[in-house]
Amino acid sequence: MRGHRLALLAAGALLAALPAKPQSGGELRFVLRSEPKTFDPMLVDDEASETIRYLTGGVLIRVNRKSQTLESELAVSWKVSEGGKKISFRVREGLSFSDGTLFTAEDVAFTMQKLMDPDLHSPTGDSFRSSQGPVRAIASDARDVTIEFPAPVAGLERLFDQVAIVSARSPKKELAVLGPFAVAEYKSGSYVLLKRNPYYWKKDAQGRSLPHVDSIRLEIQQNRDLELLRFKRGEIQLINSLDASYFENLAKEMPAAARDLGPSLDSEQVWFNQVASAPIPDYKKKWFRSTSFRRAISEAINRDDLCRVVFSGHARPAAGPVSPANLLWFNKWVQPHPYDPQAALRRLQQDGFHLDGHALHDAEGHPVEFSVVTNAGNKYREQMAAMIQQDLEQIGVRLNIVTLDFPSLIERISRTFDYELCLLGLVNVDLDPSAQMSVWLSSSSNHQWNPGQKSPATSWEAEVDRLMQAQASTNDQKQRKRYFDQVQKIVWEQQPFIYLVNKNVLVAISPALANTSPVVLRPQTFWNIESLYFFKEAHGASR
Amino acid sequence: MKFLRRTAAAFLVLIFIATLFAGILAPAPYAKQFRESPNALPSRIHLLGTDELGRDLFSRLLYGSRVSLLLAPAASMLATIIAALVGGLAGYVGGWLERVALAGVDLSMSLPWLFLLLTVRAILPLNLPAAASLLITFALLGLFGWAASARVICAGARSLRNSDFVLQAKACGCSSQRVLLQQVLPNLRPVLYAQFLISIPIFILAEANLGILGLGVSEPLPSWGGLLRGLENWSAIQANPGRLAPLLLLFVVVSCFQLVIPEKGFAS
Repeated sequence: MRGHRLALLAAGALLAALPAKPQSGGELRFVLRSEPKTFDPMLVDDEASETIRYLTGGVLIRVNRKSQTLESELAVSWKVSEGGKKISFRVREGLSFSDGTLFTAEDVAFTMQKLMDPDLHSPTGDSFRSSQGPVRAIASDARDVTIEFPAPVAGLERLFDQVAIVSARSPKKELAVLGPFAVAEYKSGSYVLLKRNPYYWKKDAQGRSLPHVDSIRLEIQQNRDLELLRFKRGEIQLINSLDASYFENLAKEMPAAARDLGPSLDSEQVWFNQVASAPIPDYKKKWFRSTSFRRAISEAINRDDLCRVVFSGHARPAAGPVSPANLLWFNKWVQPHPYDPQAALRRLQQDGFHLDGHALHDAEGHPVEFSVVTNAGNKYREQMAAMIQQDLEQIGVRLNIVTLDFPSLIERISRTFDYELCLLGLVNVDLDPSAQMSVWLSSSSNHQWNPGQKSPATSWEAEVDRLMQAQASTNDQKQRKRYFDQVQKIVWEQQPFIYLVNKNVLVAISPALANTSPVVLRPQTFWNIESLYFFKEAHGASR
Repeated sequence: MKFLRRTAAAFLVLIFIATLFAGILAPAPYAKQFRESPNALPSRIHLLGTDELGRDLFSRLLYGSRVSLLLAPAASMLATIIAALVGGLAGYVGGWLERVALAGVDLSMSLPWLFLLLTVRAILPLNLPAAASLLITFALLGLFGWAASARVICAGARSLRNSDFVLQAKACGCSSQRVLLQQVLPNLRPVLYAQFLISIPIFILAEANLGILGLGVSEPLPSWGGLLRGLENWSAIQANPGRLAPLLLLFVVVSCFQLVIPEKGFAS
């Protein structure tokens, strides 16, 4: 009898250890931090609308957020030809939009023609626009479609991750979708309700229809304190990005729910104004154009302290324009400049600077003093500026901190150029270096330290121009990586941007949710939305 | 009431003295970052703990109080002088001058001063030392904050203009200048005094509001506005209630200013 009991206990323990079967049903809830501006997938230009597009849109190719590689979705296969000018797709057959309308290659051709219509002003379409000229999209039959661009488009396939296919024939137009969910209800300022797409084509390993959850309620809520409070109460199940202080707070109360995923793609950086016509004294322009000066400032900043003190350890010292989170394009050779105030001082002395008491002076006797501007109200940037101020004081540099409201800051850094050093962040959404063309080309208006140059002001900027154009004009991935590695190396040497930190991706996931696998790429927590399900007990509660 | 007023005055004097001797009383320089102990709890070394950057909160509170308590009265003085000139003259002279002055006051009161302050702050030169930025912030508060006081002073001057003793002085052949300086101004003193005291907490709160927006006094100089930003982080307050000290001090000081204003001043 005792032996039987033991056997039963062992069997029970074995069953408990087995992975739980996915439970269908339930309503997943999380927060949109702003009102979605549009439900039209072609006009998406804000984070809230992008979330809805991701959850509802069906795409031909999807970037797997975990492996960062391309996976086929609505397309069974694709082929890029003519050096990136042409792409041909073979699409899946027998699929339907959420209203039952049949999906064919004609819908792909219709979507691309509409997307590339200049009158639509589609931000998604703009990323395909490499030069002037019409884009031709022709469906040769129900499954094959070819799209031809006037000029090669770098990283062409990856761009299709953003293209949600719309129906050419459905009376519901863009509300007929091919993704796992469809918009069912929208109450302005309150919520967006998404319901499972009954015609969704994907199935799980057991052959059951996906997605597992019945619906998603996206609550519109700007207040992050309330968002965290609601998460703690179990009213929402996901938070896609948390600030370090909120994360620490959550980690103390719900350690299993708070997850630090490591460095994000985003960076915080400072840059000196190198615009020739800027209304700042000539001797300061001379400092700011000196590579040694910029390198010395970089070496005098204690990045480890910034990460530890300002971000409570939830950040990594940044080295260059590509975060280590970007598995495909990060150049491992580029490492953050080590914190070494003595080395910084030696470098400055070699450049003609000298210490007079505790104050650094240039060769002409001017005390080294400049201001850093940043946007008011951003606690982390203000704290970073205060720490940099103390770091630079150690090498005799006096830094004045100026916080400005955002419009005034933009006016100064992009129109009047009346600033000396600027501290801001860069949000990277796209992994591909072509997305950064507007930052690195010297002629671009987003080339922040010296925008809109008629011809490159320095030889290294000319070299960066050449390398960026070269990587954009080939589809050979290895060659493109070599070119972009070189760009990263030049930027590391020249320090036009002094990269400070890559903030970590901090998310919150309810323990009630199963099959979660958060990643650093957006959307961090729900990129595998079809596979998420509630544990049985939680499922009952969520119903 | 007298006891309360005296206690409030004594407390204000005590605070003023403490802030004047901040250099001696503060255990650490206000800008020094003890980076190994950010968000430290109160201890013998750090009486109120440290902020996010490891700066001693007690030292920052002392220096911040000096900034707010010395400059807010200065800004209040500036605003009261402007208000006395505009409101006093308009009320005493009357006629079209009063109408024009009061229209200017109404216009001034209807303007969104916070946004104007943000704009003016944004166009200032960038390389201002923190002390200069501080002086400019309070000077702007003083220059923009006179309108409400001017209206009250104008009403007071108007009632004096029609009073029996002013009429009698005029009938006796006193010049306008003499009447203004010897009859009107001494009788306006309680109003001016009340307006001066009322404006002090208003300017302290205005600077605190600018500080909460990140546009007040520049780092690393502390002010009550800047210190109140520490209250944004609720978990840090839970961990260290010492962070509430600036809020408590602001509350007590503002209350004390209200208590020391003589009732006569309000009655006027």
